[in-house]
Amino acid sequence: MASVNDTQNFTVRMLAADGTFAPSPAAEKYLPVLDGLTDDDHQQFYRDMVVTRTLDVEATNLQRQGQLALWPPSHGQEAAQVGSARASRPQDTIFPSYREHAVALIRGVDPLGILALYRGVTLGGWDPTDPANGNFRLYTLVLGAQALHATGYAMGTTFRGEAATGDPQTDKATMVYFGDGSTSEGDVNESMIFAASYQTPQVFFLQNNQWAISVPVERQSRTPLFQRAAGFGLDSVHVDGNDVLASYAVSRQHLENARGGHGPQFIEAETYRVGAHTTSDDPTKYRTADELDSWVARDPIARFGTWLRAQGAPDSFFGEVDAEAKDIASDARRRCLELTNPDRDQMFDFVYSDDHPLIVEQAEWLDAYEESMEGGAEQ
Amino acid sequence: MTDTLQGQTEAHEQTQPAVTTMPMVKALNAGLRAAMADDDNVLLMGEDIGPLGGVFRVTEGLHAEFGGSRVLDTPLAESGIIGTAIGLAMNGFRPVCEIQFDGFVFPGFNQITTQLAKLTNKHTGALQMPVVIRIPYGGHIGAVEHHQESPETYFAHTPGLRVLSPSTSNDAYWMIQEAIRSPDPVVFFEPKSRYWQKGEVDTSAHGAPLHSSRVVRQGSDATIIAHGAMVTTALQAAELAADEGISLEVVDLRSISPIDFEPVLASVRKTGRLIVAQEASGFVSVGSEIAATVAERAFYSLEAPVLRVSGFDVPFPAARLENDFLPDADRILEAVDRSLAY
Repeated sequence: MASVNDTQNFTVRMLAADGTFAPSPAAEKYLPVLDGLTDDDHQQFYRDMVVTRTLDVEATNLQRQGQLALWPPSHGQEAAQVGSARASRPQDTIFPSYREHAVALIRGVDPLGILALYRGVTLGGWDPTDPANGNFRLYTLVLGAQALHATGYAMGTTFRGEAATGDPQTDKATMVYFGDGSTSEGDVNESMIFAASYQTPQVFFLQNNQWAISVPVERQSRTPLFQRAAGFGLDSVHVDGNDVLASYAVSRQHLENARGGHGPQFIEAETYRVGAHTTSDDPTKYRTADELDSWVARDPIARFGTWLRAQGAPDSFFGEVDAEAKDIASDARRRCLELTNPDRDQMFDFVYSDDHPLIVEQAEWLDAYEESMEGGAEQ
Repeated sequence: MTDTLQGQTEAHEQTQPAVTTMPMVKALNAGLRAAMADDDNVLLMGEDIGPLGGVFRVTEGLHAEFGGSRVLDTPLAESGIIGTAIGLAMNGFRPVCEIQFDGFVFPGFNQITTQLAKLTNKHTGALQMPVVIRIPYGGHIGAVEHHQESPETYFAHTPGLRVLSPSTSNDAYWMIQEAIRSPDPVVFFEPKSRYWQKGEVDTSAHGAPLHSSRVVRQGSDATIIAHGAMVTTALQAAELAADEGISLEVVDLRSISPIDFEPVLASVRKTGRLIVAQEASGFVSVGSEIAATVAERAFYSLEAPVLRVSGFDVPFPAARLENDFLPDADRILEAVDRSLAY
């Protein structure tokens, strides 16, 4: 029996850890996808990863300074997220878990929305029905629940005839993100069952970052997770999640397969959560420094940067990206600190779309109560 | 058909109310058919609801009429049904989910309570969640474990959900259509022991407003409040009481969230005595909520404490004991006697 990380023979990898272009045997069939990328695309991938990491560091600092209630760091997972997000098309709909900061930014979400969510001033953070947000749905904190929403959404795409028409410029796909821990949730399994049953135009994108808070992936599964998906009847692939080119290539190909009517697809991107699960966590209590070091040596940004330099990207490019990322992060920080508490009416206003007398009554009572307290203070 | 004949037919339809007598199960079927004909975005999802028409035949004929993309026989997974319904609603559909039996809703409970109920709020109103979850519920059918329960309190307790339970064919016909039109999620409890009870359905005239309770029998000595199947039992009790010269008023709650308290309070102010009857276990129940609210708002009108007549606080028993568990007209009348003697 294969062990959960015994994946060497089928991993799609384009870049070796040292940044040299060395496609694995499994990567051969994805090589043509890379032909569609320009130097500008490559530089954009790098910029996306650096901006995400810089924002991530800033957000972690904000939490440490008491400005955010919580922050789930994306450090280490940038290549998996950037490659897959850049592979999506504008008409696609993305269902994230709660750590897909790079995907959010690429789809057009203002990072302030993510900070607002984790600051505790909103339960959402952005409006996914606003086209400016690139059909990027809200974060979901109940593990795996969003997988069923994605499958249902994609069923709707099929019922409306909005996929498999043969035009990749308009055919719609849905992509859902989740983690290795979530694969044990019933909802993720049920979503694959429904996806296979209704042959949804959908990609399941698993970021296997090795740890579900403190529990290693071996506790979730003793077989490689992408092989489970095959058992549900999904076309599945394993990719080096720290290689942005590989992540892009498999995501692009399998999104096109999904939108073209070839049924649901499953990508396992093997990566590593370099930081803590969230700022409430202490990973030194459950994993070794050696393990951490071995993954830092495979850092996705350093790997891709080395390749870009070998391709001829000048020093000035790297300097500009760093400066731009710092600007974006400091701007987000400034605006985060300016966020005010929501109006208390917000608590009542959106529980129902139509009026509900109990809620109306309680909102009115709270107004009167607050007014009476203010009156009392004046006396 | 000639123009003249057509005109005569239309005139005839306008002057004659379209009243038909049918069991609740047919009324629900007709209501679903009307909703589906009215809006292409309405689709039905559930287990065995296709060619079979559901285990209670509520969806009979709809698969043949509207096809497999409008009437979905889903995989056998309740969380999957609710969760994909949420995704379909995000994509502009109005899914109506059938849960096969009351006791089988719980695998979908997480999707209903942590997702469906909260999504409009989480989206600060930018997203509506027009999902209906139909649940045949309650006892009196002599069935096995998990097939006779009354779990409505769990859903009424959850902010963001609306909870309904019709007691008549006419209400079933109209309320299911209004539930489907609602922009909010609705958990729709169908009293399965009354599925085959016939009643008049007026398809030409709208029934009462969706979230309104209604006095279904006038009386002066005490008030009985009930919902779903228990309304019939309360009316039986009122009939028996009348033989003994006791006049009972019966209020059909119809809506469990929100509860329309005005007719309830008006009735209590008139009779001074209140008995709440329900099949569900009594501890922390719909009946508890009504008792508390009436005590808060009609305290000086009460001649006696509010009494609850409920299922006991035990798991729904084996079928041969269901008549010992479920309140019947005699248990309601015993409470009436206690109230009147107070």
